[in-house]
Amino acid sequence: MTFWSDPIGVIGRLIVDLLARLHLPPNLITFISTLLGVVIVASFGLILVIFLIWLERKVAARFQDRLGPNRAGPYGLLQTFADIIKLITKEDIIPAKADKLIFNIAPILSVVAVLLIWAVVPFAPGWIGTDLNVGVLYIAAVGSFGILSILMAGWSSNNKYALLGAFRAVAQLISYEVPMLITLLVPVLLARSMGLMQVVENQSTWFILFAPLAGVIFMVSSIAEVGRTPFDLLEAESEIVAGYHTEYTGMKFGLFFAGEFLHAFTVGVLFAILFLGGWRGPGAEQFRVLGVIYLMAKAFFGYFIVMWVRSTLPRIRIDHMLSFNWKFLTPLALALLIVTAILEKIYGDTALRLPVLLIGNLIIFLLSWVALRTASRRQRRELREFKKRPVAKPA
Amino acid sequence: MIPLSWYLTLAAGLFSFGLYGVLARKNAIAILMGVELMLNAVNINLVAFWRYLTSDSMNGQAFAVMVFAVAAAEVAVGLALVISVYRRRKTVSADEINLMKW
Amino acid sequence: MTPIQVVFLFTAALILWAAFMMVTRQNLVHAALYLIVALFGVAVIFVLLEAGFLAVIQVLVYIGAIAILMIFAVMLTRGDVSHESESVNRGFGWAALLAALFCFGLIILLGQSPAINTPAPALAVDRDTVFELGRALVSPDAYVIPFEVASVLLLAALIGALVVARPHIKEKSKQR
Repeated sequence: MTFWSDPIGVIGRLIVDLLARLHLPPNLITFISTLLGVVIVASFGLILVIFLIWLERKVAARFQDRLGPNRAGPYGLLQTFADIIKLITKEDIIPAKADKLIFNIAPILSVVAVLLIWAVVPFAPGWIGTDLNVGVLYIAAVGSFGILSILMAGWSSNNKYALLGAFRAVAQLISYEVPMLITLLVPVLLARSMGLMQVVENQSTWFILFAPLAGVIFMVSSIAEVGRTPFDLLEAESEIVAGYHTEYTGMKFGLFFAGEFLHAFTVGVLFAILFLGGWRGPGAEQFRVLGVIYLMAKAFFGYFIVMWVRSTLPRIRIDHMLSFNWKFLTPLALALLIVTAILEKIYGDTALRLPVLLIGNLIIFLLSWVALRTASRRQRRELREFKKRPVAKPA
Repeated sequence: MIPLSWYLTLAAGLFSFGLYGVLARKNAIAILMGVELMLNAVNINLVAFWRYLTSDSMNGQAFAVMVFAVAAAEVAVGLALVISVYRRRKTVSADEINLMKW
Repeated sequence: MTPIQVVFLFTAALILWAAFMMVTRQNLVHAALYLIVALFGVAVIFVLLEAGFLAVIQVLVYIGAIAILMIFAVMLTRGDVSHESESVNRGFGWAALLAALFCFGLIILLGQSPAINTPAPALAVDRDTVFELGRALVSPDAYVIPFEVASVLLLAALIGALVVARPHIKEKSKQR
């Protein structure tokens, strides 16, 4: 029974015993077991990408009232393998005056930046890559490696369209980091800790009930951080060829591609951990595997929201996108943080916490609705005035 | 165990590389990068002294946070100035920006 | 040679190599990328010094914002690339001499202080340094005033950078 309650712990102890029996020094044993943990977590992320790409194509197809890939294998499950084989067999072209080292490192850095986030994801009570006490900030910090990889990709291609695409992409990404960081602070406030394991353990009620608006803003700004529709002018095929990865062929493009899907799923996982309770569910403390299943179910729900938004909304123009961020999302996120901090300080330990925070969120939501409505009415009035100006008529 | 002198030597080396970068480079942005190296060396010093000598109060880390804030502010304003100068003179070489008014 | 010492020596070598490459490269984007390697090495040093929060802040602020800003500035001010044939100005010999003297002077001076070889005191295991740092930054008898002044400084830098870098549009006639 203890095996089923903590399989990874039992297997880990078995491996450590085996290594100790080979009379290795204890430093080396710790090093090897840590290395094994790293390999397992990284492989989990990378193997999940294969499933995610298939899922994305099927779901997007169903939203568009068609079937999606269904020829390669039952229900099209082997489609991703077919894509991988195609990408590997393509010719690997490097532009003539490109900076070779940077050109090759950029896609690797893009995938590494996403995989590093998986090191702090709590899968079950006690199953976590490393329990940093600053886990939430760590997530934001490794997101900036991804931004760096885009800049490196755009610059090293020796192509001014790729460079322009990289500039716009980095402008979008660093702008949307601001509301994402501010709304990342709201679960930290509610859980009184920045470590992700503590954030999950303090969610006896899911944080989405305490701060739904923060969840929505986090989801929106994370979708913009990944670069998915409606914020996907990073790779808008009809506008700037393919943006910063114009010059990438074959498996390097495959790495960017896989990194983007993994990032989108990681957004779902983070949303599940911070707002939907992570691995919490009935029976998760006794049977750790159930914790993993709950986390994955919630993460796939978050990923479904991302895919849903992608299939529904059209692309946003870059100036609309930047003004949406700086004139709406950032002040809203700041106001939400201040109100949550004040209410949490006053009512944090009482039973009134849930209704007071919900009412606070509702008031902020209504105020922002009224502000948006006033602004849009003013804009429509100005447009009507503009259209009434005298125009030349044929005589 | 790592003796404190190792950290201080590293910080001294990093600071002197930054100093060379500031004094010897022509491009204004390269000079700003040298300043960044010097600020990082100062941060290593502050945190090393915090850890080894006064680890019961957080003064060292609080000062390091102030240095972060000051470095960020200085880089922002410095690069804004460099870009503004580039717009007028079409050059960022410190050797050529030597007239007060043209 | 304990593993921690090996890690420290490797990281220190990485930082110093990256700093050397940074101050000698003519291609500024390469110099910026070497700067990023050096900054990441400094973050590792912070982890070795058990200041994990500062390490994450280092990556977030320096690499995630300052280095990207520098790369942007380099790419926006490329201009005539053949303009600069060398990366150093006329007085680089004196600069190198001064830097070397400064380095050795610092090392000798610090080596003479009595506290130099104290071993690191053991930190209590359950001590929450992040909490203590947060409290030190906002408590009235610690560092709340420098904290608030730093925020005003950042606001001033923000406004100043915006005003300085704004393109000046010549006033055309206002008829539209």
